Amino acid sequence: MKNQDGISRQIWVFFCSVKLTVYLLVLLAVTSVIGTVVLQNGSPQQYIDLYGQGIYNLIQVFDIHDMYHAWWFLLLLVLLCINITVCSIERLSLKWKTIFPDQVRFNADRFLKSKSRQTIDMAKPVNQLAESCERWLEKQVGPVIRQTENLTTYLYSEKGRWSRLGVYVVHASVLLLLAGALIGAVFGFKANVRIDEGNQTGRVFESKTREPIDLAFMIRCNEFEVSFYDTGAPKEFRSSLTIIEDGQESLTTDIRVNHPLRYKGINIFQSSYGTAAPDTVEMRIVDNTAGTEISRDIRIGETVDLPDGAGQFTLQGFLPHFEFRGHDLGETFFGLVTLTGETGFQIGLPVRFPTFDKMRKGRFTFVAEDFEKRYYTGLQVTRDPGVWYVYAGFILMILGCWVTFFMSHQSILLAITSLDNGQTRLVLSGKTNRNPRNMKLKLKNMAAHLENQLNKGDQI
Amino acid sequence: MNSAFALSTTTFLYGLATVCYVGAFAFKKKLFATAGFYLLAAGFLANTVGIGLRWVESYQMGIGRAPFSNMYESLVFFSWTMVLLYLYVEVKYKEQGFGVFVSPLIFLSIAYASFDPSISAKINPLIPALKSNWLIAHVVTCFLGYAGFALAFGLSLTYFVKPKQPGLNPIFSRLPDEEIIDELTYQMVVFGFLFLTIGIITGAVWANSAWGKYWSWDPKETWSLITWFVYAIFLHLRMMRGWYGRNLALVSITGFLAVLFTYFGVNFLLSGLHSYS
Ligand code: HEM
Repeated sequence: MKNQDGISRQIWVFFCSVKLTVYLLVLLAVTSVIGTVVLQNGSPQQYIDLYGQGIYNLIQVFDIHDMYHAWWFLLLLVLLCINITVCSIERLSLKWKTIFPDQVRFNADRFLKSKSRQTIDMAKPVNQLAESCERWLEKQVGPVIRQTENLTTYLYSEKGRWSRLGVYVVHASVLLLLAGALIGAVFGFKANVRIDEGNQTGRVFESKTREPIDLAFMIRCNEFEVSFYDTGAPKEFRSSLTIIEDGQESLTTDIRVNHPLRYKGINIFQSSYGTAAPDTVEMRIVDNTAGTEISRDIRIGETVDLPDGAGQFTLQGFLPHFEFRGHDLGETFFGLVTLTGETGFQIGLPVRFPTFDKMRKGRFTFVAEDFEKRYYTGLQVTRDPGVWYVYAGFILMILGCWVTFFMSHQSILLAITSLDNGQTRLVLSGKTNRNPRNMKLKLKNMAAHLENQLNKGDQI
Repeated sequence: MNSAFALSTTTFLYGLATVCYVGAFAFKKKLFATAGFYLLAAGFLANTVGIGLRWVESYQMGIGRAPFSNMYESLVFFSWTMVLLYLYVEVKYKEQGFGVFVSPLIFLSIAYASFDPSISAKINPLIPALKSNWLIAHVVTCFLGYAGFALAFGLSLTYFVKPKQPGLNPIFSRLPDEEIIDELTYQMVVFGFLFLTIGIITGAVWANSAWGKYWSWDPKETWSLITWFVYAIFLHLRMMRGWYGRNLALVSITGFLAVLFTYFGVNFLLSGLHSYS
């Protein structure tokens, strides 16, 4: 990329800079705060009530009601990705020869000038020492390169050259993660569905838009169970589900919170529960004029004749909660009473208050006595084909950070020279791409160890 | 002995240690700092026993859960991680000077847990969504990360109490010199960054297994990401000219403020899924 000119080169240089990274990260950090203070995904009315019309206009222009998906926030992320890509390409192409050299070489002068070098003088001949030292260095660091120039023998060894790649792994992991998020956003969905015990469905509803989505299989809820602690707090929700594919039952399993079912790329989570509408209710109809009463089961939607051809009663439906003058009367059935020659009227029959309909003081009193209680299970159904890329990004990010932070490329040079007075001088020196203070300490320890070993004799 | 007793002892020991470190700083007495070190170590022991006993007690109550699940437990654990890291650094780098800034944080965290009436020390059973091994991994790694940032914060503060020419005021001669502070701050940020990264990731994996979404921009999540951004900024600024010493220390201090906001501010000021801790 070096010899391009003009605009494209300028753009390249712009995206190479770490300064841009800092600006982008600052912008991301600062703007992210907005979404934690301003209500997200509210209705227009909520915004107007909270902030007034003027600010609401502003919120709309900048998509602040859903700011983490706003164009400008995504733009910041895209710029960050370009920044990472360009910067990594540039630096990697510069560093490639260092990380993957054809042949490992060393510049002895640069090592020997280092301030952290350690010197040991010994009264033994060079040749004898060189052998022992080579074995020692191989054990301590790794394969040794041996070179002899004039009166000096150089022993060079290194480890962790590959750890220089760590930082590129971290940066690549950011890209992988964002790519996974993008794939999930484009090809995935998050939906909800309620299934009554005993029922089945293959259609779920997108969480935000409520659009129906048809699955490739049916889900049947066999049973739902909730258990409580003594304190009344919920302990466990459990649904027994059966997957039915092409009319065949292919799988039956329990799901709990934190223990979802994953089937053919679709994840099914336990998310809520409630009382399902029953099919039938046992009803009592009292004829207050005649003093007679009948009891029978009535299905929802069924119409029955009242005694003496006085009219008809249709059981219309069921509500788990019925609000009446500010009170929750609980599970309630609804019906339509049509007396002969009159227009019909609707009545509510709360199960917990059997005398409720009596207060109407009509000819007939209706009482919903008992019904078979059923739950429905609330499931969250998701598909996210990007999640594996995200998880791969997670793993790479942790590994990359670990390598970058705690490993380094360390090279050690041991120079062995004979001195005029018949002694031999060992100079131990080292270099590292990270944390030079540690290297100094390390060299000190190594020198002490080496001297100790050499004095003990030839047993290394 | 029970966990409540062990943890009150811990609070007391950390309080004494803080007094010693402050004494060492004010009177330039090495002896005080050494006493502070041993008090912290003793407190750490009591702290460990306290957390362990609480775990055992939860099983005795028939609840049986790891002691990392509410505000009280997380504060106690935060003290524990900070002491652990501090003791390690003091032993490894033989620097006692910044104990004066870290020991108050250690003490405050556990003292706040015990004395604020709105924080309950009761062992309550877990709601279904919190019953997950990912929760333990998430809390442990987040608080290791926070401990790294807390130490970096303590180190950064030394820049602002130390005169520019150290010869001027002998009181400050107990503080480590700038090169070492710089290096240590960096090491602590790096440690914190790694563990915050793992913390955010385990949180995401847990969310995915409980709710089918690894990221939902819940305020606590978002604030931990903001904190992560601040420390990423720290790491990159450090490679640019002119960014060392005080300037960089300011970034580390900002980062720790973001940590505190993630931890406390979000609970009290914003609403979301994480209201338990
Ligand atoms: C969210 C995004 C990013 C994260 C999490 C991240 C993370 C990191 C980490 C952990 C390091 C190692 C720091 C150290 O060794 O102290 C690093 C180094 C670096 N980053 Fe980033 N980074 C990000 C974005 C970028 C971008 C956009 C650029 C583009 C210019 C960039 C350029 C660099 C460079 C040049 C280094 C130094 C590499 C070396 O030491 O050879 N980073 N980054």
